[in-house]
Amino acid sequence: MLIGGCALVTAAIKAIGPMALGGRELPDRFNGVIALMAPALLAALVVTAALADGDRLALGPDTAGVTAGGLVAWRTESIIGCVIVAAVVTALVRAIS
Amino acid sequence: MSVGAQRDQHTSTFADGVRAGIPFAVAGGLLSISFGVVAQDAGLSAVAAIVMSAVVFAGSAQFAAVAIIAQGGTVGAAVAAAALVNSRFLPMGVALGPSLPGGAAARAAQGQTVVDASWALASRDDGSFDRMILFGSSAIQYVAWTGGTVVGAIWGDKLGDPETLGLDAIYPAFFLALLLVEIKSRRALGVAALGALIALALVPFAPPGVPVLVASLASLVGLHRSAR
Repeated sequence: MLIGGCALVTAAIKAIGPMALGGRELPDRFNGVIALMAPALLAALVVTAALADGDRLALGPDTAGVTAGGLVAWRTESIIGCVIVAAVVTALVRAIS
Repeated sequence: MSVGAQRDQHTSTFADGVRAGIPFAVAGGLLSISFGVVAQDAGLSAVAAIVMSAVVFAGSAQFAAVAIIAQGGTVGAAVAAAALVNSRFLPMGVALGPSLPGGAAARAAQGQTVVDASWALASRDDGSFDRMILFGSSAIQYVAWTGGTVVGAIWGDKLGDPETLGLDAIYPAFFLALLLVEIKSRRALGVAALGALIALALVPFAPPGVPVLVASLASLVGLHRSAR
């Protein structure tokens, strides 16, 4: 039930956008909006995952870890380095706090 | 070759997509190990956790649904939470649509391959998408996501608590790395900041998933003056 339901709603949501719009040329202005959607959505995902705990805003060990990971990604462009540093720093901060 | 250089080529192949997706697949694999552990703590069997990763293949929705089950919520509430968390795939799909060939059914089928990292990798600066990058990077991430869940579900009890290992930081760090790749202009930086502010402002009031969906409206800044 849980698995079937989640699979169904996910598939439906992923199908709607491409079905609604496609096979036609869209104005440049629309493309300008689309090009900016990735930064908007990704930034929102990052802050809600790192700075919120349920419906509360909360700074925690994971906030420190994600910040450290972000620095690694920024300096080295390594995604794997970023997530590993994030996990290690989070674990360390959690261990000493 | 950097990820950015790769996706600017307009004749990408499926293999290019697979290559571009490898770092994200490794990171996603680590994350899915923790999903395998968390799902069992919530009462799912190892097989159920693996099947869920294989058929749903949407990390944040899976974590959200399982968290609600763990808190004693109903299946309906869990599915609703998964739908809300996945609601960001609506604007992503709208963005992707014009770049997909074929009729509505064919486009809907191709749209199933969208996950956050592959969608972001496939997006070009002009608002169009490179679908081979999308397919290839999703394929390798699917293998890693399902494989990682198998590892977590079967051997997770030997790993210990995912929080002690800091595995919960992998998910936001993963998206932060993706975000940094996307920020190529002051305008993109401004939109990212606006999206983050909108999401944070809504967190105390809106159900999970809605803040991220509404944050996509920050991209409407692109309507203003020169869109590129």
